[in-house]
Amino acid sequence: MTSVPVKVINSVLSGLGRFSLMVAEVVRSLTTQRLSGRDLLDQLYFIGVKSQTVVLVTGAFTGMVLCAQTYFQFHKVKMDSATLAVVSVSMCGELGPVLTALMVAGRVGASMAAELGTMRVTEQIDALRTLATHPIDYLVVPRVVATMIAVPLLTAESITIGILAAYLVGVHLLQIDPGYSIVNMQRFTDHRDVLMGFIKAIIFGGIIATTGCYKGMHCGQGAEGVGHATTEAVVYASIAILMSNFFLTLLLTRLLALT
Amino acid sequence: MIEIRQLRKRFRDQQVLDGVDLTIENGESLVIIGRSGGGKSVLLKHIVGLTHPDSGEVLVNGQDIAHLNERELLGVRRKFGMLFQSAALFDSLTVEENIAFVLARERNHTPEEIARRVAEALDMVEMPGIQKKKPAELSGGMRKRVGLARAIIYRPEVVFYDEPTTGLDPVVSDSIDKLIVRVCERLKVTTVVITHDMRSMQTVGRRVAMLHQGRIYATGSPQELMAATDPVISRFVRGISDEKVHTF
Repeated sequence: MTSVPVKVINSVLSGLGRFSLMVAEVVRSLTTQRLSGRDLLDQLYFIGVKSQTVVLVTGAFTGMVLCAQTYFQFHKVKMDSATLAVVSVSMCGELGPVLTALMVAGRVGASMAAELGTMRVTEQIDALRTLATHPIDYLVVPRVVATMIAVPLLTAESITIGILAAYLVGVHLLQIDPGYSIVNMQRFTDHRDVLMGFIKAIIFGGIIATTGCYKGMHCGQGAEGVGHATTEAVVYASIAILMSNFFLTLLLTRLLALT
Repeated sequence: MIEIRQLRKRFRDQQVLDGVDLTIENGESLVIIGRSGGGKSVLLKHIVGLTHPDSGEVLVNGQDIAHLNERELLGVRRKFGMLFQSAALFDSLTVEENIAFVLARERNHTPEEIARRVAEALDMVEMPGIQKKKPAELSGGMRKRVGLARAIIYRPEVVFYDEPTTGLDPVVSDSIDKLIVRVCERLKVTTVVITHDMRSMQTVGRRVAMLHQGRIYATGSPQELMAATDPVISRFVRGISDEKVHTF
């Protein structure tokens, strides 16, 4: 009889192995197979265009609340005009990419796991294979590429709308001086902050799509299996985004300091 | 020709295939029968390379496909067409897109040629004019016919049918059986049917192989199996279970 901890370790390691093999197959497909433009556009529309509302609302309200909280603290030490600079730096390097990725993970990652999981349990993935089509080429690669393109664009949108909303709240509601605020914002927000946000967003896009596709392609049987896969896709992607964000911040800060 | 040699497969503690030996000749119409859960579909998945065996060989025209990787198998599978038990049509695509799937991905056919071949395939399965419908709008029998059109449009050498009449009423089942015979004769393809429907076996099969306890227990013509006196074969083809009827 195998003990429970050994079974859990076996399960985790075999899962990591399968995930690594899938990622390796995605890279192989990208370098050896031709990507269908139509499949990519379909996914870009679903992931990018259809995620606009949720990303815009998240970006706007995050910028607004960050502006208000920062102002309340800075006002005590007469640093009102630095409020928007804090919002700008935070939105570009941390909150913009992380919150956008978490929202996309909830919407798109779950959808990928559910769609591919349903295809698996209804033998549609086996049917693809009998039709001489590699499931990675047809199902996974367009989703991974589209997510890695869409998430940075959505992040840029979220950052822009967040800073704009913060400006409106700061200048029109909290009466911060607009001239000094803009000067400080430009002074403290470096191109490295923007670059860091974009690099993070590309990596987060990869995490969301590979996790969603992996969970769907390896889901259990029946409706219960698809349900579990969907939940796990969102939970694992969210945890991976939050954990990798910390390490990416440390790594990118050092790397970008060299530029 | 497809040769299966000493094929074994175990799932957890259950030995599903325990040394299967079977040869499928070019152009023949073979029916594989056996009890539900007896490993028929698992055997079929091994033949088309959807599952890898624990040991044994699957030789397709002399090439062992049991140990090829997924990309190497793609070329081999181009010789095969398969109708799944649930038809396994792609929900998000129309009937036309489903049937044209392989041709569209090959990128060397014009849209006119693809449309003509889809219409021909639909004519062959007696479902003309449903190109624009979605799979959700089709009945079980119609889905199987569309699934068959998708499997034959690229002219495979072998067509596999996984329980093609399961879940259909007797009349539709009979029409599907006759369709399988017609496709086999018109396209001159090798036909392999997995079923536990004895009517299907007699209509479609020229040779029958019975899978029992993970091995090929018997082979012969449908008439020979129907007339067999061996208790295992006889009870199966007549549908007699071991259960006693209890009266209270």
